Amino acid sequence: MTSQPRNTPLRSVHERLGATMTDFAGWLMPLRYGSETAEHNAVRTGAGLFDLSHMGEIAVTGPDAGEALDYAVCGWPSALAPGRARYTMLCAPDGGVLDDLVIYRQDADRFLVVANASNTAVVLGELQKRCSGAQVDDETEATGLIAIQGPNAARLLSTVTDLDLPAMRYYAGEDGSVAGCPAWVARTGYTGEDGFEIFCAPGDCERVWNALTQAGNSGDLLPAGLAARDTLRLEAGMPLYGNELGPDVTPYEAGLGRVVRLDKPADFVGRDALAARAAEGPRRVLTGLVARSRRVPRHGYDVLSQTGQRVGVVTSGAPSPTLGVSIAMAYIETGATGPFGIDIRGKTEPADVTELPFYDRSKQR
Amino acid sequence: MSVPAELRYTEEHEWVAIDGDTASIGITDYAAQQLGDVVYVSLPAVGSAVTAGEPCGEVESTKSVSDLYSPVDGEVAEVNEELDDDPGLVNAEPYGAGWMFRVRVAVGSDGEAALPPGLLSPAEYEELTKSAG
Repeated sequence: MTSQPRNTPLRSVHERLGATMTDFAGWLMPLRYGSETAEHNAVRTGAGLFDLSHMGEIAVTGPDAGEALDYAVCGWPSALAPGRARYTMLCAPDGGVLDDLVIYRQDADRFLVVANASNTAVVLGELQKRCSGAQVDDETEATGLIAIQGPNAARLLSTVTDLDLPAMRYYAGEDGSVAGCPAWVARTGYTGEDGFEIFCAPGDCERVWNALTQAGNSGDLLPAGLAARDTLRLEAGMPLYGNELGPDVTPYEAGLGRVVRLDKPADFVGRDALAARAAEGPRRVLTGLVARSRRVPRHGYDVLSQTGQRVGVVTSGAPSPTLGVSIAMAYIETGATGPFGIDIRGKTEPADVTELPFYDRSKQR
Repeated sequence: MSVPAELRYTEEHEWVAIDGDTASIGITDYAAQQLGDVVYVSLPAVGSAVTAGEPCGEVESTKSVSDLYSPVDGEVAEVNEELDDDPGLVNAEPYGAGWMFRVRVAVGSDGEAALPPGLLSPAEYEELTKSAG
């Protein structure tokens, strides 16, 4: 871990923009460009531009690629129509989560698996082991990824692409051109807003980035860093690997049992363990909390019952720019009832249980 | 990043301005930039005693929380109540409207405020932030 962090193709762009950079999963990434709150709000009300080139891209190809993936992950990739995408998970034989993934079926014979940067090597190794009969290739180095997210994303992106964006469905993708560069464009994201992810050659990233920046010159687009990305996904109740997900967590505990397709006919890694977990019910449940105090609950803080007993732990917490209060997700023992307290550095602060997600764009407008 | 010449500094990134027997205290531009957007500042109560080098409050930002240390010994005379409604002042004007609290300090026989040893000059503080990267 002493090696230098890797650069994305947009390193010099971030430097020109004066970004505060941070080492994230072995990559030098923009944490924020100016105010992370302004970046967050731009995504909720206008648009934000993200460099996500650190994400892992693994191609699984061949006539039997779908069936191979059906065995490797807990979802049902072979049932995806070409041009569609699905959120899924790679589980260990004991049902623990090794990574959460988005799988795009780009073609009948080609799937693009997008993994977290911190887990790309694990996902690659597991897919190579589990996907016999298919070709598995790490395309991370050869792939740049730029996301434009927010209510204005479709309008801004449409000025620089030949794709029919209004016709593109959520969790669908298509080959097209962006700023004259060939790209796979998908209507996916990690912010709780409408938006698109643009996979292109590393050498084209700067051109795509600049074209989108120019399209957003009307003032409603900001470049956005990892800090804003984290508060956006937290408001949207989306899990972050390492916080809400890990090898000691099952999809059921994370409230994501729907991604486990026990109804698919084929066997898959973790099926028996996951079926048992589904039958017995989760021992702890991912829960949304809203703090009554202005002090912020953060990752690792204890959740306490009314009698002061430890009944859970905060996985992610932050001041919510959209809601104006501090919010947190926490794993809390099944059966424990609120109101809860959160041990914020030695002092118990009250918190109320709320339904996830904290923010749902379909309910706001 | 600005380091005003008329102020003194601590290794924990507070600044101090001395005027007679009153020390005004805040956090530096460097600290505010490192923290990111400040969302809440918890300050010591007016009238309470503070001790140099001891935590007396906390600064919450989007990504982290930091203890606020008193750079001086004395009694809290005033706190910046504006920060309650607008903690972003700490980022916008760390040396101005973003000040945090004022402490009445002891005055020596020479009429000068008695300051603890170890406060940094602007040059020393700048050196510290540079070596911190």
